[in-house]
Amino acid sequence: MRFAVVVFPGSNCDMDMLFAIQDALGEDVEYISHRDQDLSRFDAVLLPGGFSYGDYLRSGSIASFSPIMESVKAFAQADKPILGVCNGFQVLLESGLLPGAMKRNENLKFICQTTPVIVANNETQFTSEYQQDERIQLPIAHAEGNYECDDATLEKLEQHNQIVFRYADNPNGSKGDIAGICNEKGNVLGMMPHPERAVDSLLGSADGLRLFQSILVNWREHHAVTS
Amino acid sequence: MVKVKVYVTLKEGVLDPQGKAVEQALDAKGFNGVSDMRVGKYMEFNLDANMATENQIEEMCEQLLANPVIEDYRYETEEVVSS
Repeated sequence: MRFAVVVFPGSNCDMDMLFAIQDALGEDVEYISHRDQDLSRFDAVLLPGGFSYGDYLRSGSIASFSPIMESVKAFAQADKPILGVCNGFQVLLESGLLPGAMKRNENLKFICQTTPVIVANNETQFTSEYQQDERIQLPIAHAEGNYECDDATLEKLEQHNQIVFRYADNPNGSKGDIAGICNEKGNVLGMMPHPERAVDSLLGSADGLRLFQSILVNWREHHAVTS
Repeated sequence: MVKVKVYVTLKEGVLDPQGKAVEQALDAKGFNGVSDMRVGKYMEFNLDANMATENQIEEMCEQLLANPVIEDYRYETEEVVSS
């Protein structure tokens, strides 16, 4: 399986993401520039965390107009898996691939800590290797992770089982304790916690690794790869 | 040429954590009676007069300058007098 890690100006978790795929998962991965437009050789796209364009205007807003994002939208249309973490999640929200928006954390602080997260839906291609309602430990590191949407959107998210991760101990004020959501088709996931920083117990937690393993397992099932 | 001034704030009904903190700080400094503080953004730019239609400016606000999911915007325009 071949993964793309999109690098925007100001991305800073791109190396972590590459490490997670290459060293922890053991699959092919390469960086791709925000200026590129060709994603045809990839099976999955990863949007890493960081501060694309310095968080100017709003987090993720300028990056959502990068040339690569048109291809990312087409990739989503083609039902291929896309994962956005932290700033990558914010880019997915700003580009309209996922509903809602991010506000400043309720306590106005940059929060950097490991936090318990509940797997609220293990029937996605990103979470099938977890137990339903499993409590996992993932690091968060953000100032704007306070998820906001209107009540109708929240109801729709609940109805279609799109809330994939919830905070066990809501650190930032997110509506519905939302830590991660997917689109209706289930092939685009955005989340604030960093699974790529939790792929080895030496890093404090290996709970994030199964997210990447889920993507791989589901891709193999669909493509019947024996190698 | 037209000068466009855009004001962006969080929508009414959307909790503004920053506004709340500033409001409490004013109160702590002894400025009592402050309520409903909203912290927003102010942007201004010049726009060619032939581009400065209401429709065009609203499109700019909707597509980039504000995020309609959580933010409201309003704007003013004034003629730029070239010297």
